Amino acid sequence: MILLALNPLSLLRAMPGACAQGLIWGIMALGVYITFRLLDFADLTVDGTLATGGAVAVMLIRGAGMEPWAALIIAFAVGMLAGMVTGLLHTALGIPGILASILTQISLYSVNLGIMGKSNQPINVDQYRLVVSSRYISGDALLKFKFYGGVIIGCLILVAILYCYFGTEQGQAIRATGCNMRMAKAQGINTNFHTVLALMISNGLVGLCGGLYAQYQGSADVNMGRGAIVIGLAAVIIGEVLFGKFCAGRKMAFAFTMVSVIIGAVIYYAVIAFVLWLKMPSDYLKLFSAIVVAIFLSIPYLKGKFSKKGAVKQ
Amino acid sequence: MSGEMKNYALELKDIHKTFNPGTINEKVALNGLDLQLEEGDFVTIIGGNGAGKSTMLNAIAGVWPVDHGSIIIGGTDVTSLPEHRRAKFLGRVFQDPMTGTAATMSIEENMALAARRGKGRTLKWGVTKPEREQYREHLKMLNLGLEDRLTTKVGLLSGGQRQAVTLLMASLQKPDLLLLDEHTAALDPKTAAKVLELSDEIIRENHLTAMMVTHNMKDAISHGNRLIMMHEGRIIYDVRGEEKKSLHVSDLMTKFEEVSGSEFANDRMILS
Repeated sequence: MILLALNPLSLLRAMPGACAQGLIWGIMALGVYITFRLLDFADLTVDGTLATGGAVAVMLIRGAGMEPWAALIIAFAVGMLAGMVTGLLHTALGIPGILASILTQISLYSVNLGIMGKSNQPINVDQYRLVVSSRYISGDALLKFKFYGGVIIGCLILVAILYCYFGTEQGQAIRATGCNMRMAKAQGINTNFHTVLALMISNGLVGLCGGLYAQYQGSADVNMGRGAIVIGLAAVIIGEVLFGKFCAGRKMAFAFTMVSVIIGAVIYYAVIAFVLWLKMPSDYLKLFSAIVVAIFLSIPYLKGKFSKKGAVKQ
Repeated sequence: MSGEMKNYALELKDIHKTFNPGTINEKVALNGLDLQLEEGDFVTIIGGNGAGKSTMLNAIAGVWPVDHGSIIIGGTDVTSLPEHRRAKFLGRVFQDPMTGTAATMSIEENMALAARRGKGRTLKWGVTKPEREQYREHLKMLNLGLEDRLTTKVGLLSGGQRQAVTLLMASLQKPDLLLLDEHTAALDPKTAAKVLELSDEIIRENHLTAMMVTHNMKDAISHGNRLIMMHEGRIIYDVRGEEKKSLHVSDLMTKFEEVSGSEFANDRMILS
């Protein structure tokens, strides 16, 4: 009965925005994929890095008059710095990975406030030639086309660059470090260096995402990254669950996996738009996201347990 | 004196290592260990549990720093080098077949990682075409049909296959010293025999200096040109050449009981 009270058209209207958000957050999800899957490192720095990327981009565009696209490059670089801090805390000072990343994340909160001077800084699409903006998707057809085309091509270029990078000697050394550290060391790989490097690349992507998202929503906010890691994990897991079989064993499987992570982020935002349409109070969003991620993360474990029981019965 | 005149393939001088010092779990693992290996030596290492066999290999590989003493490989003092920087001197195969390879990476990627042991990791392609052909040839030698599965993830291989690939990887970039740490212990007897045979072949063909820890005394006698027995963190018995060839398992058992004063039966050594 409640369903009758819902307007299907309003769901339809919410979808373009959900897609746009998903594509932008997909870039962050790629960063999370690099640390969580390739490096096997639960990096919580990203919650801070995302806001840092946003803050840096907005302040550079407004304060320094920098071109919005150039500000994104700086956002990427600053994100890398944040990743480097976590990496050094972990490798050079021996602090456990998760804790090291929490320390960086917390300190970034202050850093972000310092960059912005206050908790929120708006940026007006009418004054600056922003790379992306939510305004573009409510514009005319050509603007829409340019927006989606640009974002999708941008994502694909990133995937291509990452695909090539992780096929190089250095990229393979990172993968070996994440997969089997003893083996990596035995093959002469400096695992500390490559751990830091992977964290830098990952957080660079997250910073880039922050810079883009701040432009998209028209402001940078000190809390814009809160729970980002959960969204990133959700995207990674949704991508893996839905497209894992499709990607496995395929030529260029890694490129397909990265694309599926971005699609995972889009699906995540589509689902969020859907539950909001079902009139779920937006206050419960983070709880909802966390539950979804918990369920999907536990599936492999529960599956294993379940099949073991079956084996005993035989 | 002679140690300074001549470069041994490996020289261990008075190595000491204590784990968890000052705690209730304190364990003296290496206690004044001395060893010199000639170029081309293939030494098998036996000893009871906790005798320090694997610990010695880990000390050489630099898994942790030693408390005292020096480690010299082919004339280079590596005592203060971290593990990844010693890797250029060493080929290593571990007891657990999972340890020597990266499961989520393909066979060719694993081999490429090993072929670059001791070199910087640049932004060049990780596996090149000519390399791929070279790996195919190497893999043919194993007779496991792996030459047609270059892009297969190593995680899909059996334990024996993984050990065989790890052995091959260890020899791609000719090591100054090959460390085999009970590398057949986790395999079924048939596969173990095959991997052991392959080890012999690789050591012989590449003229490698090698150390092999084993629990199997028969293997220790029938492989290599030298045998050492360890007890309580140092070497208590060292035979080579003809003397080693004429050894019997019973000789080793007597020797062991003599020095340790304990019954051999308590131990994990495989007598058959």
